[in-house]
Amino acid sequence: MRSPTAIQALRARIEKIEAGHKRPSAALPFGIAAIDQHLPGGGLAEAALHEVAGGGNGAVDGAAAALFAAGIAARTSGKVLWCLVRKDLFAPALQQAGLGLDRVIYVEAGDEKTLLGCFEEGLRHGGLGAVVGEVARLSMTASRRLQLAAERSGAIGIAIRRWRRHADAAEFGQPSAALTRWRVSSLPSVPLPVAGVGRARWHLELIRCRAGESADFVVDACDAKGRLAISSDVVDGQAAAKAGSRRAAA
Amino acid sequence: MLLAADRAAQGAGLRVGMEAVRAQALIANLVMKDADLESDATALEKLALWALRRYSPIVGSDPPNGLVLDMTGAAHLLGGEAAMLADLSGRLMKVGLSAHAAMADSWGAAHAVARSIRQQVRLIPAGESRAALAPLPIARLRLAAETIAGLRRLGFETIGELAATARAPLALRFGSEVGRRLDQAFGAAMELITPIRPDELVCVRRAFAEPIAAPQTLHRYTRKLVDALCLELEAKGLGARRLDLLFFRVDNRIEAIRVGTSMPVREPKRLVRLLGDKIETVEPGFGIEIMTLTATVAEPLMPKQRVTTLVQEEEADVSDLVDILANRVGSHRVYALQTVSSDVPERSVAMAPPLPAAGPGNIPVRWPRPSRLLTPPEVIEAIAMLPDHPPVAFTWRGVRRRVKRADGPERIFGEWWKRDAELAAVRDYFRVEDEAGERFWIYRAGDGEDTETGSHRWFMHGLFG
Repeated sequence: MRSPTAIQALRARIEKIEAGHKRPSAALPFGIAAIDQHLPGGGLAEAALHEVAGGGNGAVDGAAAALFAAGIAARTSGKVLWCLVRKDLFAPALQQAGLGLDRVIYVEAGDEKTLLGCFEEGLRHGGLGAVVGEVARLSMTASRRLQLAAERSGAIGIAIRRWRRHADAAEFGQPSAALTRWRVSSLPSVPLPVAGVGRARWHLELIRCRAGESADFVVDACDAKGRLAISSDVVDGQAAAKAGSRRAAA
Repeated sequence: MLLAADRAAQGAGLRVGMEAVRAQALIANLVMKDADLESDATALEKLALWALRRYSPIVGSDPPNGLVLDMTGAAHLLGGEAAMLADLSGRLMKVGLSAHAAMADSWGAAHAVARSIRQQVRLIPAGESRAALAPLPIARLRLAAETIAGLRRLGFETIGELAATARAPLALRFGSEVGRRLDQAFGAAMELITPIRPDELVCVRRAFAEPIAAPQTLHRYTRKLVDALCLELEAKGLGARRLDLLFFRVDNRIEAIRVGTSMPVREPKRLVRLLGDKIETVEPGFGIEIMTLTATVAEPLMPKQRVTTLVQEEEADVSDLVDILANRVGSHRVYALQTVSSDVPERSVAMAPPLPAAGPGNIPVRWPRPSRLLTPPEVIEAIAMLPDHPPVAFTWRGVRRRVKRADGPERIFGEWWKRDAELAAVRDYFRVEDEAGERFWIYRAGDGEDTETGSHRWFMHGLFG
């Protein structure tokens, strides 16, 4: 086995080669050490495309994925462009995830081809904080175009993968040019001492990460400022073990 | 002779074309006004200008009392052909004009149908002009009065009958006009709409010695026209809100591109970008000999003074992006959302123009709201204790889920001050979580006690993440 220093040297060389047309990349930290240390650059890379999908039923409704994306967008500065085909997004929920109504511009594209065009146009513009697109099919070529546009302008692109049928969700295994790929699934909410539904909790899987390793986390959903959290009963290892067993079973 | 009659007069039996003496004999104390053809024409011109600004880059007048709009490729930006027609007639009615509007495959067909219908608007679907025209009288064909009289004498009453006869004898007797008008009505012959160009609009024009056709060439001359237009706009202190670029082809057809902006603009680069996006939709045919660029809608644009501050970084200008997207998907599909003071979830957000951005005056809702809202809400089967307990289990889309935890009820009352039907209506919302951890927003129509408040059925309204 090679020594870690050799690997690091190789990584630095690759980065140098890649940096030809790239801006010096910054990263948007999640503010959670456990997640940030898994990501190269200590956070979600800006000037890049990221993919998010829901797990289980979320692959079709994309409810948790939309909130996850809204939380990321909320922590950027500037306007946010949200491209959709299906018109079922409920804006007050985004507001509760920290993404104010006055920050979002919605584009309703009639079909996915137009949507990808609008998505790319938004990424290319450069004045936006984040661009979110809800898309089912994302081919290698399409994602490559989006990634290049994001690299040039410095905006974060988030593709929410959302399919019409559960069967189509298998497509999420296909390769794409996105830098990271996430899957968000709902978990039972944080228990409260009284009856009621507590803060939502997610099983957050980092399925793919360029120049990084995949991992999974159990997190509390976005708060009013778009921040995730790892709650106390997870830190002590109980839920982490549960997540591990889920992964082994999958 | 009567040149026009309003609805009351028509109801009393007066017809256009009647002698004045006869009309006065029919009705005592008839109020008649002398025709003022000149101001009629001016009014029609004004109306044409309005239509040009609002609906289509190619608007011509169809004297004495009509307008013709070329809606090719322009209707979808206004929400489709039917919506555009409804909008047109609605707006005309609001200002007190009674008008008939029809949309068909050709000018001739639309002309004939609009003048024959009783209702306000009629949309003839593509390819059905022939059938729609057949029962109409031949007087609608825009033929000279003596030709019509001659045809009547021969026994022709409807356009259908005329179209079914052999052309040669007709041409021998009445000239080629009859055949030409028939062809134009059926869309078999080309008819040029001469677009109006009012003097008050800023317009630049370029004619070519040799017809041009290559997209790159079109693009280059577009840039030159935009530069010239921007200079003129600057001299007048205006910025363009809507631009029409017309291409006059050598075969006498006109291709048009229309772009709009959300704020007045006179920056050549941005305008070229907007127009350039659409050049590929232009069909140059055998070549284009004239290009004109008009700022159909222009608004004052004064230089703005910029203040630099130490504290706040100015937010990047995204109006150019909004314009690009709006011209691509239609301006009604690029929007911002605003909260409206309504407790009913589906009415609590409303579309707003994306620019200028609304202030952060939107107060967030305090209760959790789902990120996906189902429209319309879907009926679910639920078992619950009345009046105010959440369901124990429910079945949605054929899947039965046991409720593990729940929050609620959040009671929402109907807006009786807006709609009478909602006087007693009540919805009780619950946030429920099933065993797998999925969270749903469900409601019961009614308060659980009084059946007047709702049907007491359960509905799925939204999904939390």
